[in-house]
Amino acid sequence: MKKARVIPVLLLRNGWLVQTRQFRRYQHLGNPVTAVERLSEWAADELIYLDITQDDGYDTGRSDLGHPNRQSFFEIIDDVSRAALMPITVGGRIRSLRDIENRLARGADKVCINTKALAEPVFIEQAAKEFGTQCLVLSIDVKVTGAQRCVMAEGGTRATEWEPEQWACEVERLGAGEIFLNAIDRDGMKTGYDLDLLATVSTAVTIPVIACGGVGDWAHFAEALERTRVDAVAAANIFHYSDQSVVLAKRYLCERGLNIRPPDVLTGFLAA
Amino acid sequence: MTRVCVLDYGSGNVRSVYNLFAALSASVVVSSTPSDIADASHVVLPGVGAFGAAMQKMCHALPLDDLRDAVLVKRKPFLGICVGMQVLATQGDEFGSYAGLGWIPGTVRRVDHGSLPLPHIGWNNIVCQHPSPLLAGLEHEPDFYFVHSYAFWADDPRHMVATTEYGENFCSVLQRDNLFGVQFHPEKSQRAGLQLAKNFLSYP
Repeated sequence: MKKARVIPVLLLRNGWLVQTRQFRRYQHLGNPVTAVERLSEWAADELIYLDITQDDGYDTGRSDLGHPNRQSFFEIIDDVSRAALMPITVGGRIRSLRDIENRLARGADKVCINTKALAEPVFIEQAAKEFGTQCLVLSIDVKVTGAQRCVMAEGGTRATEWEPEQWACEVERLGAGEIFLNAIDRDGMKTGYDLDLLATVSTAVTIPVIACGGVGDWAHFAEALERTRVDAVAAANIFHYSDQSVVLAKRYLCERGLNIRPPDVLTGFLAA
Repeated sequence: MTRVCVLDYGSGNVRSVYNLFAALSASVVVSSTPSDIADASHVVLPGVGAFGAAMQKMCHALPLDDLRDAVLVKRKPFLGICVGMQVLATQGDEFGSYAGLGWIPGTVRRVDHGSLPLPHIGWNNIVCQHPSPLLAGLEHEPDFYFVHSYAFWADDPRHMVATTEYGENFCSVLQRDNLFGVQFHPEKSQRAGLQLAKNFLSYP
């Protein structure tokens, strides 16, 4: 039987791993590759790796960190794919088919697209035809404005006309393979997922929905899996602050009787 | 000496497959030349994408006569991954009907997925149907990572050594003598994938 997935999300900004809150307030968490090595050892089911750099500046020397990160994003993907014997989704700043091709060639299994798809929905169709629906993850960022939920573009900075379930159905029709659903208001708040949003979108489409935004407790993963039809639960911050976080999360979910891949620790295997 | 040749024909995540065998400290070469195939002790055929497109690329980029000699005459252990397994069939019915290599009699058709979404993406377990050296030392019904919509139906059910359920039971591990095929991606399947790769390298 197919298992529900537990997916750590890594956010990269100017070459560094960061933590965010409501898509703002960045805090550095350190080296982007060592984090992947850890998550790989803890046998995460998959990884989502998002480059949220707004300008073109790849950090070449933060004096306060003492060890400048001189790697380009592509070099980082190389290292990440070597460290992770698991599926990797890479997103951020994808604007052309060539951008997708470059990421897949570097060892990404899937790409995550957002702003470009909203600006030009036909891009989804073109990408699906070229690379297959299985490697297209559509990221949908949602913000609550008054009584309504609104799909946001450009890293949560620009509102669009779309309601989440409407846009979700549209991207499915155009050839998206999965939906990565983010509640901006919940990002970094640790108050749990926006369950209504997850339920609405996951029943509107037949493709898998990955839940994100708001996890502060392992129980929040369970809530989403028990009460909505999401196929995977993702989170960023919570996985970076405790030793063996993925193992602990999985142990909790297994004990709650959820259908997930059991916890595992892969020490020593990935030394190469 | 163990020397793995990962066949490069412009399809599939060759780099990840390389990483898998490199993680086991095997000597690995990514190549499509007759001499690298001749020098190899083990041959691996990766693949993603559609059956017909993969066959076309292979015919164009791989020395198929040398490959046949290495695998069918010299009987070097061969592992096909995903579409690399499917092309072993006599025929594939994805976007039209295409002839495969025909090394294991059977056909490739779409999985009858019922109400479940296709492609079948994610971790799913395999169920062993016949003992195979490829599955030695694995846990009971281990999970592997799958990404596909089509699967292999072998004419001889004994060749289907493990199956997986997704709407229906399809063949997830195939074996005929020194020819092995897996529908899932061992290079993305962590502990289980490493064990399977190790088993392959210790064959025969």
